[in-house]
Amino acid sequence: MQTWRRTLESLCLSFGAILVGLLLFGLFCAMVGANPLEVYGLIWKAAFGSASTFQNTLIRASPLMLSALCTALPARLGLVIIGNEGALVMGGLAAISIGLAIGTALPPILVQTAMAIAGLVAGGLWIAAAGALRHYRAVNETISSLLLNYIAIALLNHLVGGPMRDPSSLNKPSTFPLAEVNMLGDIPGTRVHWGLVYGLVACLITYFLMQRTTFGFAARTAGGNVRAARIAGLPVGKLTVIICFLAGSCAGLAGMVEVAAVQGTANESLNVGYGYGGILVAFAARHNPLAAVLISLLVGGILASGGILQRSLNLPDATVLVFQGLVFLVVLYSDSLYGKIRFFKEKPIITTSASPPSSPGEEPVVTV
Amino acid sequence: MAEGLGWWGVPLAIVAGTMRGGTPFLFVSLGECLTEKSGKINLGLEGTLLTGAMTAYGTSYLTGSPWLGILAAGLAGLVLGSIHGWLSQQYRVNDVAVGIAMIIFGSGIAFFFGKPFIQPSAPQLPTLNLAGSAVSPAVEAALQISPLFLLGIALAPLMTWFFKSTRWGLYVRAVGDSPDAARAMGVSIFKVRMLSIMAGSFLAGIGGAALSLYYPGVWTERISSGQGLMAVALVIFARWNPIMCLWASLLFGGAQALGPALQSVGIKQGYYLFNAAPYVLTLLIMILTCSPKRTLAGVPGALGIDN
Amino acid sequence: MSQLFGVSRRQIIRGLLATGAFGLTAKLGTGCTASSTGSSAESGSGGKDEPMTIGFIYVGPKDDYGYNQAHAEGAAAMAKKFSWVKLVEEANVPETTAVAESMRSMIDIDGAKALFPTSFGYYDPHILELAVDYPDVQFFHAGGLYKEGSTPKNIGSYYGYIDEAQYIAGIVAGLTSKTGKLGFVAAKPIPQVLRNVNSFTLGARSVKPSVTTQVVFTGNWAEPIKEAEATNSMADQGIDVVTCHVDSPKVVMETAEKRGIFSSGYHANQLALAPKGYLTGAEWDWSNIYSQLAEEMHSGKKLMDGGISHILRGGLKEGFCKVSDYGVAVSSDTKQKADAVKAQFMDGSMVIYKGEIKDNKGNVVVAASESLKQQDPKLEQMNYLVEGVVGSIGS
Repeated sequence: MQTWRRTLESLCLSFGAILVGLLLFGLFCAMVGANPLEVYGLIWKAAFGSASTFQNTLIRASPLMLSALCTALPARLGLVIIGNEGALVMGGLAAISIGLAIGTALPPILVQTAMAIAGLVAGGLWIAAAGALRHYRAVNETISSLLLNYIAIALLNHLVGGPMRDPSSLNKPSTFPLAEVNMLGDIPGTRVHWGLVYGLVACLITYFLMQRTTFGFAARTAGGNVRAARIAGLPVGKLTVIICFLAGSCAGLAGMVEVAAVQGTANESLNVGYGYGGILVAFAARHNPLAAVLISLLVGGILASGGILQRSLNLPDATVLVFQGLVFLVVLYSDSLYGKIRFFKEKPIITTSASPPSSPGEEPVVTV
Repeated sequence: MAEGLGWWGVPLAIVAGTMRGGTPFLFVSLGECLTEKSGKINLGLEGTLLTGAMTAYGTSYLTGSPWLGILAAGLAGLVLGSIHGWLSQQYRVNDVAVGIAMIIFGSGIAFFFGKPFIQPSAPQLPTLNLAGSAVSPAVEAALQISPLFLLGIALAPLMTWFFKSTRWGLYVRAVGDSPDAARAMGVSIFKVRMLSIMAGSFLAGIGGAALSLYYPGVWTERISSGQGLMAVALVIFARWNPIMCLWASLLFGGAQALGPALQSVGIKQGYYLFNAAPYVLTLLIMILTCSPKRTLAGVPGALGIDN
Repeated sequence: MSQLFGVSRRQIIRGLLATGAFGLTAKLGTGCTASSTGSSAESGSGGKDEPMTIGFIYVGPKDDYGYNQAHAEGAAAMAKKFSWVKLVEEANVPETTAVAESMRSMIDIDGAKALFPTSFGYYDPHILELAVDYPDVQFFHAGGLYKEGSTPKNIGSYYGYIDEAQYIAGIVAGLTSKTGKLGFVAAKPIPQVLRNVNSFTLGARSVKPSVTTQVVFTGNWAEPIKEAEATNSMADQGIDVVTCHVDSPKVVMETAEKRGIFSSGYHANQLALAPKGYLTGAEWDWSNIYSQLAEEMHSGKKLMDGGISHILRGGLKEGFCKVSDYGVAVSSDTKQKADAVKAQFMDGSMVIYKGEIKDNKGNVVVAASESLKQQDPKLEQMNYLVEGVVGSIGS
């Protein structure tokens, strides 16, 4: 009884928040002289309008799912990890290294598996380091993982620009390309690559791991109260490192997918912001891996609609950033409404919009 | 005829880069320091920096007065800060997440409204020349100091005094260290944090103005290159101490000059790695100085704990 | 506890197995994947005033006062010239699946018949893949290497020999410099950049063989602070003319002006930024080539049947680029010498890369008997800095 109510509540609040976000964005568009209705129509058309455009949304959503897990899993332990970008880059670098080292000496399935493992391990170690530093040296994991991002990106640029550079990559420094047979293809009948399935499966696995196993229970207990967990005899240190490893390996796998399904090489295009997008997806999904799938689709849709706003309405390219920012701010705000709405069952959406979150230019009142 | 400085150019570039490049760091880190002292993290200062840079440049261009530009940048920061301050204090809302959303929102606003200002040249802040006319042009150029830099230097001890010796400073520290005690004192946690975050964002906005009106003195969409995010690490590096923020800002500013300066005297390899030096350094120092046995001196007790 | 970790270990193993399984399914998948998305665009050989949709994609903001703006201005000039052109544009499109999707929606939703994805990194794999999916759409890519036989027929490659303008800028810089030291702020050591550095240096050394060019790589296309630092440290080293190859040269020009040294522009005319020290500059002019291509397509010519050439290149003579008007600091003697070489470029008799040319490590890179014309593919794979350049191309 309580479960379905809670599910309904989170669904209503999430969708209500997205609606309010859309509303605010419409206001913004009206302010800068675009017709909001036309904008909504175009967003729908570009993101979800037809099977073909929905694939656009799916393609953009798939790296976000894996990247989001990098923040979502440690959050269960009470850790705020934002090293997604770095883990993704390291995963991509490790995957291409293994892929190039093996070449065509093994059947493609084995090469791909080896690349995936390399990506998982490299990304995992990268974030596990942040977790270990947190536990054994009390280094703030948010900051250390942020710094690790910059270090990973510098490493990528250095390796791709020098030691690992393929001289024939000319004006876009890249590593040597992966053999064509070792590339991950598309899901049959679509143009969506297998990374989407990786993301969906990873979200499912981690959901069951965190919600339905003793391991997940232990992690959640430790996240709730470290001292109590210690008293109960839980190995908090090991839990921290293992969860961080799993988290990083998800982002590392996203890097492997970018290399093996999209680029075919490692180059600076590994670092295009999937990491930071993933952080927001994780928070907006309240660190629930299944919700992260839905939120990723939403963000994928926003990104997919960015192009058509530029092309059809001549809005600047930054419009999509404003859109994304507004939606996220409202979605984050909606989190605070849980449990506050008594009769949410009847009219949750109206209740949400009754207390509108801050919008640009409007200064919230500074009172308690 | 100007003579090359050779290897002497490296320390000179670092000293000059310290003052030039350190100025935005100084303002952003002092802003972040104030924010974190009250117990909240504001990662969104990256967006604030960009909005500040754009507002300052645009205002300076439209009104012809760079000083008005600085004021406008601070006010723009104030508005973004109020959003962050209000939202990050809602029940169950995480300040890191709000910060990242604010990076996206702030940069969106800055890029959206900044398009018309990329091309024109806006009046720049005047600089003070500390060197006499007898020195070489290179040294003279290095000693062109912005009044903003001096303002920042003055601000650091002022903020230390504020924390130590004023009633409001005490409130901020109390709210950041032990919200329960503050509540017992009858202090409104919400109000104090809100004002701290807004004031911090005001400073970060001015940091943005230092980028667009002083050094490098242009408005482009890539102007901040992660300095707002770095400020968060810098504050930890500086142990939440405003005076230390000053030294750390100078260090980080100087580090930015290291890569290009070394190349121009013939160190040719590894510039990506040189450019990552500040990040590695911060991480190393954090590893060396943190310990699970004791908390860091100066760390606000409530930092990173949801409400 | 051991039980707890037994579970977790199993979980990890399960996770790993699952990934293995992904690999398996992925492989099975590729076997039967067909690019099912058919070509929705009809052939564009329609009537005279039938509107034609042309799509442009930029990797950065289209008002960056640099590379992207130069393309955007060319596109705008084309659209202004022909009323039947319907221009659709997207800016800030990263070189990932995002660009493939942008191209696809331009074709599917807007009905684009020709696309100009203007960043080099869009080419492999994105344009190559899309071109197979849409054989009736013509793709024009700035700077790609078309390979007869292997590249799809509907891809064309165009680029300008802007290094010709850099060569002339080098002559002006070499003659104007008092210290004999020039500076070049560059983003990355890639062929297009190296070619500009080398041509600039060769131009300067053609008039004053003792001149050197210091090159500093910032590592990225837009690093305003590092660009300013590089310019400052060059000025400290006694360098008195700087030029650059970065996305937005504004910082370099303004910093040079503040330091009281000369500057030479890139991408567009930056005289307004440095009224005292601006010598000249190498500017793109994409409007000619874009207008020409639009007109050819409108009249029914196509890449696919050879009506439009697959490799379009041109320099000063063809109007792909131009040299900025000389600034106030350029002496009339210098102007004369530079103009004489410009005239040689205009009549096609000038060859920049003719032997013998050594790199800055002393190896011969162009043999004495060799004379590499601008069209020579060897030049598009340049991986050396010529003698007289101070710097190295390792990262």
